[in-house]
Amino acid sequence: MRNKTNELKKHGLLYLMAIPACLFFILNSYLPMFGIYLAFTKYNFRGGIFGSPFIGFENFKYLLESGTLFRITRNTFLYNLVFILLGNSLQIVTAILLSKIANRFVKRTTQSLMFLPYFVSYVILGVFVYNLLNYEKGLVNSLLIQWGMERFDAFNTPLFWIFGLIAAYIWKWLGYGTVIYLAAISGIPEEYYEAANIDGANAFQQIRYITLPSLKPTFITLLLLSIGRILRGQFDLFFNIIGNNGVLFSTTDVIDTFVYRSVAKTFDIGLGSAAGLYQSLFGFALIMIVNGIIKHINEDYALF
Amino acid sequence: MQKKIKKPVSELIIQIVAIIVCGIAALLCLLPFLLVISGSLTDNDYILQYGYNILPGKFSLEAYQFIFEIPGPVLQAYGVTLLNTTVGTSIGLFIIAMTGYVLQRPDCKYRNRISFFIYFTTLFQGGLIAWYIMITRYYQLQDNRLVLILPLLMNPFLIILMKNFIKTSVPHDIIEAAIIDGANDFTIFTQIVLKLATPGLATIGLFLALAYWNDWFHSSLFISTPSKYSLQFFLYNTLNNTQAMRELSQTGASVSMEVPTESVRLAMAVICTGPIVLLYPFVQRYFVKGLTIGAVKG
Repeated sequence: MRNKTNELKKHGLLYLMAIPACLFFILNSYLPMFGIYLAFTKYNFRGGIFGSPFIGFENFKYLLESGTLFRITRNTFLYNLVFILLGNSLQIVTAILLSKIANRFVKRTTQSLMFLPYFVSYVILGVFVYNLLNYEKGLVNSLLIQWGMERFDAFNTPLFWIFGLIAAYIWKWLGYGTVIYLAAISGIPEEYYEAANIDGANAFQQIRYITLPSLKPTFITLLLLSIGRILRGQFDLFFNIIGNNGVLFSTTDVIDTFVYRSVAKTFDIGLGSAAGLYQSLFGFALIMIVNGIIKHINEDYALF
Repeated sequence: MQKKIKKPVSELIIQIVAIIVCGIAALLCLLPFLLVISGSLTDNDYILQYGYNILPGKFSLEAYQFIFEIPGPVLQAYGVTLLNTTVGTSIGLFIIAMTGYVLQRPDCKYRNRISFFIYFTTLFQGGLIAWYIMITRYYQLQDNRLVLILPLLMNPFLIILMKNFIKTSVPHDIIEAAIIDGANDFTIFTQIVLKLATPGLATIGLFLALAYWNDWFHSSLFISTPSKYSLQFFLYNTLNNTQAMRELSQTGASVSMEVPTESVRLAMAVICTGPIVLLYPFVQRYFVKGLTIGAVKG
């Protein structure tokens, strides 16, 4: 029986060791949840969270009626949907092609170069975009002028950014996703391909019937993880490329950039909180629904 | 009879397509870096007249000379980021590893509840503004150096990743043996787990270090004294605020130099990226390992 009392004592220490992390999440994540109340107030800096006048759903009403809510929801949702679907597709294609390169040096080098963008900060990404697209000095415009064409004014062309932001996202994350899919590919038993060779399947058929189906679990897992974040994705990307350029907001303003502006620039604390709460609730509902459906179809893929 | 060694034609086609496509993709990923380096080495007046080009139209080191004439502000920002990165990574790593160790102990009865308590914060948040008000008003951390370290200490993803690393690299038998020998849980953690899980610690540590190194967001929200800016926000501020660019030269008192703004922009970007790109070949494989393990759900 000495063992049992001893064990209890030891587990006390074990729980004690989990306290710093729990404390961190209480202070950093759980306590701020009370701030949800801000969404229903007209915030003033003297009153703080609970001393500001309560105004009910006024903030939400304003967001809805001004059309802001529709615009930022549409942009956030559509951009992230394309990021997820197109991003993953290109990552899968690149991973399959990389796995086919026989020359180890070529394979290593190309993979390393593709992974490089993941390491640089978004501020640097902003510099890259400036370097390429600035109206007076950007490389694209220097080249256009050299070829006797008109300058392209990207920072006054909202529609261009649908393409521009997606390209920037693909650039930043291609190598990252490719690494994950490449790992999944290297886990496929070599015998499958040998057997397919003997049966006379060509390389394309092998990809279609062996490689792609084997990547399905990885793809679904990554997809599910990203669906939960579909309303809060890539703030850094939008902010560092577009910044506070109001001309472009019709196609570039997302929930996160709107909320950021309301705390750092316009000081519309109430409005920003309302947008933030809407984002949290919508995102939470989305995860619960998707996870519920997945659990129903295939328990193994469920997130929790 | 068919020879086994001979590869089918389709294999050859794929080989060629793969090399071409991956080659182009790799080049496109590298290109912006080369363009920025090239721009930073171009004469400023040339840029103002003809714009940036693929190769420096007129070679000049003036931008670097200008920055290193008065290296104070850049070095200071480097110092801030270096300090944040080392302190934050060490403390964060220690707590993450400790928590990961607790969460993978099968005999710890409430481990799943603790896991969910941590994981839930990814499902639902109070939002940026509530968090901002909390930190500035109730924790009083505005313009405090700690605000650049504390929020980035850990996140649920890294804790789960660490848990999986420990689970695979520290056999439970060893822990049990140590318990029988009378070691307490904290000693087991520091003496056994931390030593056996070194590859995992390196990976998670690098993820943390990268987050600290690239952080601009916390400086932009909370820091109002320029000398406390992290490196990336210092860069952001210099690029987007002409006043900040001017101040770079005014700190050097008597030296009244015309600011070569355009090339300085890019030279600044090169200087602030430098170490990451130089360290990259050595640390890359740790990230690959982390992503590979992280992709497996656990």
